[in-house]
Amino acid sequence: MATRHTTAAPPVKEGGAAPGRPPAAPTEAEQRRRNRLSRRWQRDMRWSPYAFVSPFFLLFLAFGLFPLIYTGWASLHQVEMTAPTDMTWVGMRNYTRIFDDDFFWNAARNTLTIGIISTVPQLLMAMGLAHILNYKLRASTFYRVAMLAPYATSIAAASLVFVLLFGRDYGMINWALHFVGIDAVDWQNDKWPSQIAVSSIVIWRWTGYNALIYLAAMQAIPQDLYESAALDGASRWRQFLHVTLPSLRPTILFTVVVSTIGASQVFGEPLLFDANKGASGGAEHQFQTLGLYLYEQGWVNQHLGRASAIAWTMFLILIVVGIVNYVISRRLRASS
Amino acid sequence: MRARTRTARRAVVLAAVASLGAGLLAGCADDGGDDKASDGSSSGGGKGKTTITLGLFGTFGFKEAGLYAEYEKLHPDIKIAENVTERNENYYPALVNHLTTNSGLQDIQAVEVGNIAEVVATQASKLEDLSKTAGVKKDDWLDWKWAQGTTKDNQTIALGTDVGPMAICYRKDLFQQAGLPTDRAAVAKLWTGDWNKFVSVGEQYKKKAPKGTTFMDSPGGLINAILSSEKEKFYDASGEVIYKKNPAVKAAFDLTAKAATEGLVGAQTQFQPAWDTTIANTKFAAMACPPWMLGYIKGKSKPDAAGKWDVAVAPKSGNWGGSFLSVPKSGKHVKEAAALAAWLTAPAQQAKLFSVQGSFPSAPGTYTEAAVTSAKNEMTGDAPIGTIFAEAAKSSPVQVIGPKDQIIQQGLTDNGVILVTKGKSAAEAWTTATKTIDNNLDK
Repeated sequence: MATRHTTAAPPVKEGGAAPGRPPAAPTEAEQRRRNRLSRRWQRDMRWSPYAFVSPFFLLFLAFGLFPLIYTGWASLHQVEMTAPTDMTWVGMRNYTRIFDDDFFWNAARNTLTIGIISTVPQLLMAMGLAHILNYKLRASTFYRVAMLAPYATSIAAASLVFVLLFGRDYGMINWALHFVGIDAVDWQNDKWPSQIAVSSIVIWRWTGYNALIYLAAMQAIPQDLYESAALDGASRWRQFLHVTLPSLRPTILFTVVVSTIGASQVFGEPLLFDANKGASGGAEHQFQTLGLYLYEQGWVNQHLGRASAIAWTMFLILIVVGIVNYVISRRLRASS
Repeated sequence: MRARTRTARRAVVLAAVASLGAGLLAGCADDGGDDKASDGSSSGGGKGKTTITLGLFGTFGFKEAGLYAEYEKLHPDIKIAENVTERNENYYPALVNHLTTNSGLQDIQAVEVGNIAEVVATQASKLEDLSKTAGVKKDDWLDWKWAQGTTKDNQTIALGTDVGPMAICYRKDLFQQAGLPTDRAAVAKLWTGDWNKFVSVGEQYKKKAPKGTTFMDSPGGLINAILSSEKEKFYDASGEVIYKKNPAVKAAFDLTAKAATEGLVGAQTQFQPAWDTTIANTKFAAMACPPWMLGYIKGKSKPDAAGKWDVAVAPKSGNWGGSFLSVPKSGKHVKEAAALAAWLTAPAQQAKLFSVQGSFPSAPGTYTEAAVTSAKNEMTGDAPIGTIFAEAAKSSPVQVIGPKDQIIQQGLTDNGVILVTKGKSAAEAWTTATKTIDNNLDK
């Protein structure tokens, strides 16, 4: 039992009853030295932690915050890559013109459709694969590593191979389709085929990655849940629906958010898929994504101001998407 | 088991550290290599040598023609290294980026003719005036080539390498099968002076065309050839963009669209793998070809194609391609680099480059030299390519070129005439092309 502080003796002041250190008064020089040390020690205590965390913030300032602010500043100007210091103030013009820039909205639509036809099948397939891998399998480590192999492949190499596969005249996919009686599809130039082709590169690359995330989450589900479900007579499929899926809910939300962000930034695949090796995303911009349009304006056409405005608009769109995701995930969590 | 995984992990970490270290070392070696050749293994020790680096795109052929070796022999204290980007579309944005930030530049940087106007107009302050370099004489170059690399205040910031006088290369065997003449003078007569006649020859060809072949390779190749022979195409002399109201551009577009609608041109984009395949498999009978194209044809053809091509004078003379060398002021060895650039572009070297590589000289003094007049090419047999191309070079119009020529041309081709081969009407293709170009030009 602790003493109540009101009844306890007050702490002794310096020079009180207790015999303190001999009062040998320090010399003036000694006192100054002590003060200095003490001040230094205090400063050390106060500021050193900041010094220790500073590398991150310095890097963030140089490579995160500064570009962000500079891009914002540039987006209010007319500025060309041929003379980046030569800026002409145009106010919000770069933003207002986005509203009636058909190419921007075309790119936005493409980003959305490519995002959907790549993300949805990708996550469904990842779930299925994870479920299969969750069974006891021979050489399961091999399969897990194999699934991650596409993710480790460079986009450039993968896309070049896919370009060959999807070739109209000499491509392997058309050659295979020919055997089942389907006419040659122009994977490059028709709108939906080209978007499906680009999506297939994305799907190929990211399915294994997501499957492993799902697999990790599945293995954390307690075994007794399955056992009791089995005792209650639930089939494998029922177990998957009523045990696995609810337990994976946070993981699914995580992968959906990450994939959405990834899909909104799709760039390398459509860039390399273009036969002209340009950034226009096909002759009629049929698979030009926002990332590609940004690149085209900034690096091909050298309009840094316009490109910056597009970058900021994309950033704002992503924030909106993030908020929507957050709201939905809160609803889901509340309902469970 | 645990011990094994731990060793495995350690091995991975070690490997990662090692590769990082190797990368760092390599980086150091690159930097250090500027002044002293870092590899002591190269013959002669390489101590104290100055390394001059060249930033190039595509194939310039300096190295292949042995010019570096020759220069290094003449100047024992100089070492030359080149850094090549395959496509100018990737090379040029990086060059502009490097010039504006004054970093990452090579001692000598090449510039393509499609970009020279923009470089001269916007980057001149970053580039050395080469007209004062020893051995550089204005009179050595074609007037228009010299003018293209010169600013308004008379600074010559880029020296011309080659030019691309254009002729028509055709397959003698396919022409014969289609019932057309094969002699180069007779062939040229079919279309003298008019691209419309050229397209009519295509119509004749189509009537008896060997199966699976088209008259010409691609819509991009045709529109480019027609536009190359116009004096004014996308800009007028005052620097205003006129491509939309220039009747010559619309006429070129419509003629190409007509040829595409009638199936006289293949549905390919030039310089793409599928197009390369059409060269190898002889899927078309004719193409616009500057001298450097002969090297390209040779590279993509099967061995049995040698001697089956011939060269005829184009309906109208024009120029397609050609490059320049410039020296950034911020380089460490500006003087040595300027001297090298001057030497590489001097008439004697240009002539040599033509005889070995097929890059046609921009120095008209060489056109009467034996190296040029007696030049033969494996693909075109005994055709006197030297005299044909020299004639075309001299009769080419002095073309007005503008800063965004490349973007406009690309729009007309990649977002325009190519659409006609995919079943769009000429009007639809024109709308898509002009809309794309206008959006790309709008600052």
